[in-house]
Amino acid sequence: MPDVTMVRALNTALRDALSSDDRMLLFGEDVGKLGGVFRVTEGLQDAFGEERVFDTPLAESAIAGVSVGLAIAGWRPVVEMQFDGFSYPALDQVISHVAKYRYRSRGRQGLPITVRIPFAGGIGAAEHHSESPETYYAHTAGLKVVIPATPLDAYNLLLRSIRDPDPVIFLEPKSRYWSKEAGDLPADGPPIGTARVLREGTDCTLVAYGAMVARSMQAAARLEEDGVMCRVVDLRSLVPLDVDALGRAVRQTGRAVVVHEAPLTVGFGAEVAARIMEEAFDYLEAPVIRVTGYDTPYPPATLEHHYIPSVERIAQAVRRTVDY
Amino acid sequence: MDAGGPSTPGRVIEEGGRASVEPKDIGLKDEDLRELYRLMVLTRRADIEAAALQRQGQLAVYPPLIGQEAAQVGSAFALSPEDYIFPSYRELGAALVRGVDLVEYLHFYRATWHGGTYDPNELRFGMVSVPVGSQALHAVGYAMGVRKDGRNECALVYFGDGATSEGDLHEAWNFAAVFRSPVVFFCQNNQWAISVPVAKQTAAPIWRKAEAYGFPGLLVDGNDVLAVYRATKEAADRARADGTPTLIEATTYRIGPHSTADDAGRYQTSEEIEQWKGRDPIARYREFLEARGVMDAESVERVETEATEAMGRLREGVIGSDPRPAEELFAWVFEGEPSPTLARQRDEMLDQAGGRDA
Repeated sequence: MPDVTMVRALNTALRDALSSDDRMLLFGEDVGKLGGVFRVTEGLQDAFGEERVFDTPLAESAIAGVSVGLAIAGWRPVVEMQFDGFSYPALDQVISHVAKYRYRSRGRQGLPITVRIPFAGGIGAAEHHSESPETYYAHTAGLKVVIPATPLDAYNLLLRSIRDPDPVIFLEPKSRYWSKEAGDLPADGPPIGTARVLREGTDCTLVAYGAMVARSMQAAARLEEDGVMCRVVDLRSLVPLDVDALGRAVRQTGRAVVVHEAPLTVGFGAEVAARIMEEAFDYLEAPVIRVTGYDTPYPPATLEHHYIPSVERIAQAVRRTVDY
Repeated sequence: MDAGGPSTPGRVIEEGGRASVEPKDIGLKDEDLRELYRLMVLTRRADIEAAALQRQGQLAVYPPLIGQEAAQVGSAFALSPEDYIFPSYRELGAALVRGVDLVEYLHFYRATWHGGTYDPNELRFGMVSVPVGSQALHAVGYAMGVRKDGRNECALVYFGDGATSEGDLHEAWNFAAVFRSPVVFFCQNNQWAISVPVAKQTAAPIWRKAEAYGFPGLLVDGNDVLAVYRATKEAADRARADGTPTLIEATTYRIGPHSTADDAGRYQTSEEIEQWKGRDPIARYREFLEARGVMDAESVERVETEATEAMGRLREGVIGSDPRPAEELFAWVFEGEPSPTLARQRDEMLDQAGGRDA
């Protein structure tokens, strides 16, 4: 069971999907010869040819827009938006068409499109390369929003996203691209729409997704030294949201802290907190606390460590809720 | 290829009714000529009917196409049934040519269902697309797709002069050329984008923009159904042959308002409207056909009678249709069973609506 990085796991998922479905296409900016700026698509053009794996001109709205037409023509587009901050030109196509096509056509034409977006910060990148746009997508009916936290699950989730008959926004946590996990790539992991518990605990539930899962695990380990036992829930998909798992976890711990990198206001943590209240109000021993990025533009890289929830901020929030 | 120029749009029906090229030389038999006339008349009558239905409260809104019948009928008629049309929101005429049930088409404007209720894939006529210019990318993607499959088909996208300012059009033109996508970009330059005249929309002739992207562009008289037919036929043939896209600018005029919600009197002058009414595409074509003996007063009258009957059915179909059942609100957000979150919302709505049959 060799260690596998998330980049390698994603690359293998794309390779396996291209092998098993000859209608799948993979395209975007620099995904061909270069193999993507993060090398997630490395070697795939060589393996599957330029008809199926190809570079596009530099135009994100077109990448999303032509996906619609290709899907109508019977293809299965898997596209890459090179960075989170460059996915915005495609929002009109994604919101006005990609998300609505099945609905508008009364179920006659679904769009099995996967939009991969390297997202969030923590890699010392330049402006516009560290954004957390998940709420824009989660707020758009008709899109699934999937976010892996670990390499092996990234493989599973990407394969499932590609096979999904509906559009999936697949957000890849950049700062975890080079993280490693030991084990075999799962042939049949848990489906989209189910959360998973990565650590059991009875005092407080930490809810996170993407890169904040690993950080929450670190916080949980630190808190254990003080005798505070945290359960860590990896949401895996924001849409569909595993509401039952949230309710179950919080009913057992009575306390919850939600962690994400995106800004606080109307961040996905607000949704999680509201659902926890609806599902488990009678069990709550303390208000749900959110640990998030701030309501500022994403800061320059030299300041980003102040912005991204740190292990210490998460641990403090847990202590506050436990001491409430 | 007769590309014409900004001051000399390509024509077939010249001043005085003379044909610059014989219809049979562009593949049109007399019965085709009569069919084009019939389709234009049906389009005009359906358009007038739809506007009337809106005034009577039967449609929520409607964007009239009156004046643009030749542009729509001539272009849609030039395609093969396998070619896919991606319309904007003013293409009732193209829908009619395709054989789309107009009641189902008008369900978009009756606010029965976004996209209408027809199957867009059955007759290869896409759903109404309102975000201006956005559908051009769908046409390009579709064309990329059929070319990858080696299918001898093309896509045609309709848009207006206003859409040529949208980024999506420029991205579509560029992608189409780079990927050699068999697509026909059909611009109905009707001179107005709501209240903004084309002179304030763009400083360069629309048809010439194609050159910047690397494919042919041409200007045609959009009120000359035969010129439109010829240009579109050639463009579609070229697209299917080797994936060369074409931009066609069809010069026409929006006689009516932008939509029934618009007050065009605030910006369009009656002089301008009258001037263009003098170039009415249907009257012009009828004179041409009568002069050639392809139609006469009797056959013209038969078309009117058929149209009157068809409009009666259209009215009945629209007025007699009910809103869709409330549970359809949740029916097709995703394939398969709704998520627990959606199922809960659906059940709440159905409770409010008084049960599933409400």
